[in-house]
Amino acid sequence: MESRARAAAPASGAAAPRKLWPGALAMLAVPVLLLIVGPHLPSYPLRILDMILLYAVLGLGLNIIVGYAGLLDLGYVAFYAIGAYSWALLASGQFDIHLPFALVLLIGASLAGLAGILLGIPVLRLRGDYLAIVTLGFGEIIRVLMNNLDVVTNGPQGIARIDEAHLFGWTLSTPDDFLYLLVAMLVVVFLFVWRIQESALGTALSAVREDQDAARGCGINTTRVKLVAFAFSAFIGGACGVVFAAMQRFVSPESFTFWESLVIVLVIVVGGLGNPFGALLGATLLILLPELLRAYADYRLLFYGMALVVIILARPRGLISRQYGPSWLMRRLGGGKC
Amino acid sequence: MGALILQQTINALTVGSIYALIALGYTMVYGVLRLINFAHSELFTAGAFIGLALAGALGVAGHPTGGLLVGFITFVLIGLAGVSVEIVAYRPLRGTSRLAPMLSALGMAVVIQNAVMLIGGRRPLIYPSFLPSGVIDVFGAIITYKQITIFLVAVILMVGLELFVNRTNLGVRIRAVAENAETASLVGINPNMAISLIFFIGPGLGAVAGILYSSFYGVATFTMGFVIGMKAFTAAILGGIGSIPGAVLGGFLLGFIETFATAWMPVLSGGLIGTEYRDIFAFSVLVLILLFRPAGLLGEHVSEETMVYKSDF
Repeated sequence: MESRARAAAPASGAAAPRKLWPGALAMLAVPVLLLIVGPHLPSYPLRILDMILLYAVLGLGLNIIVGYAGLLDLGYVAFYAIGAYSWALLASGQFDIHLPFALVLLIGASLAGLAGILLGIPVLRLRGDYLAIVTLGFGEIIRVLMNNLDVVTNGPQGIARIDEAHLFGWTLSTPDDFLYLLVAMLVVVFLFVWRIQESALGTALSAVREDQDAARGCGINTTRVKLVAFAFSAFIGGACGVVFAAMQRFVSPESFTFWESLVIVLVIVVGGLGNPFGALLGATLLILLPELLRAYADYRLLFYGMALVVIILARPRGLISRQYGPSWLMRRLGGGKC
Repeated sequence: MGALILQQTINALTVGSIYALIALGYTMVYGVLRLINFAHSELFTAGAFIGLALAGALGVAGHPTGGLLVGFITFVLIGLAGVSVEIVAYRPLRGTSRLAPMLSALGMAVVIQNAVMLIGGRRPLIYPSFLPSGVIDVFGAIITYKQITIFLVAVILMVGLELFVNRTNLGVRIRAVAENAETASLVGINPNMAISLIFFIGPGLGAVAGILYSSFYGVATFTMGFVIGMKAFTAAILGGIGSIPGAVLGGFLLGFIETFATAWMPVLSGGLIGTEYRDIFAFSVLVLILLFRPAGLLGEHVSEETMVYKSDF
């Protein structure tokens, strides 16, 4: 409530923090710590750390559409898949095309963003559950297409022997390399979604979420605002897909099931919807939990499901509330009014 | 040509009966709680596995009369499981937010699916048929007794449900709660009782569908619920979510669309679109229906306000 009121009247500056550096330092501590500690970790935990970071970025991206705009997207994995297949097709022996990583990162993310807009134009008239179900259907359609367009995607066998990624002369091959890349991505995407939340667009999105008709009455072009949110969300999902394909150097439709979409939704819901910190915490929990349960072999997913139900029963609104986001931290540490 | 169309009609009716039975569970729950019960498809699978276990325990595999008994016991067991799932995972979350029960339902789906896997194993199991065997030839189309039985069982259950909901005191209570739980409680109806009843009947019907499905295809796998559940849910929306006749109509309609599209698209598109796109037809229908007639065919207009996630955030 408070942050919305503040965002609506940025000129007043009443709640602006007096000092910016304490909050900024506190938030920078996380990536710096990751960069210092990360490379010393053994390979297995490092890989898990990479996955946590990847899901955190995905969660931040999905948060724009689910957390800020209040539109439940159950087919987010489709955008992720579009990104992954972009790298797999544009940098492998499949068509003997070998484009540079930076270019494909842009292409993959843009294609996903475009798909987001194309999907958004017809479906954004829908609300609530109906939107959720249509996006779910879209995700499944994309997966079935990948499974069956053998000529292009190689069908269920997937595409192997994908190129090693090179970014401005730096080879991305070990989990270390991807740690640096993912931390950089996390910082960029985190700042991006945080600033969106605080911008006029963020205000418009929360207005759409609270009451679409009232928002329209206030002169907000709700369709346009939702489309922009969809496109941003999809763009980030696509970029993550490219990185995922470069990291695995193998893609197959198996990686892009409905379950994957759910995990990303769970990341942000368990962590706390609409809160960038929530996405980080949610990703950590949801990726770490199955790894910790690995010892239980066959019982792993059973316990995982139980843990999910228990977490949701205990904290139906997520672990960190919406209001305790980065802006709150800045104010809290910077001596402004909270 | 005529025989081919007749054959496909019969196949469509068979698949449609199963979709319709499962769709009833989705639509009843949604009608009352506005909740997509993701655990429903897993209870369908659990029903098939319990049927299998009972067949072994009672030694009635292959006996249609034994099948009746198995079907009845499975209905009750899975019905009770459905009621427990609601009490444990959904009831505490009622009134908190719209997203939380849905995710809790997903968690329960994972739990049930893995419980089935741990007990039944990962590998597909050969399923003994409870349905009478034999075929009749009608104008060149081959109708198996299995297909006739599936259709009849489905129709009997649906008619029974329709009578129960419209003609009995308990049915009136369910409808009252579906209409408006608060007002219903003002006239002395306990909403929790009605909701428990729905969570008994819906999964029970789904479990019977599971036995029919596995008996028909002769196989049961612990993952079989997901896709068929999605399709049944599509059927529920197609007919108008919340509407019982709608779910039946939607189930049969989806059966027809899928069977005929799968059979004719490869021919019409010159082999470009093959039968492997079967699942796409169902989802495309879903997307189109929601875009052009979101309330479904028989559904009354569900107020969009009630299905928006705004109170969560």
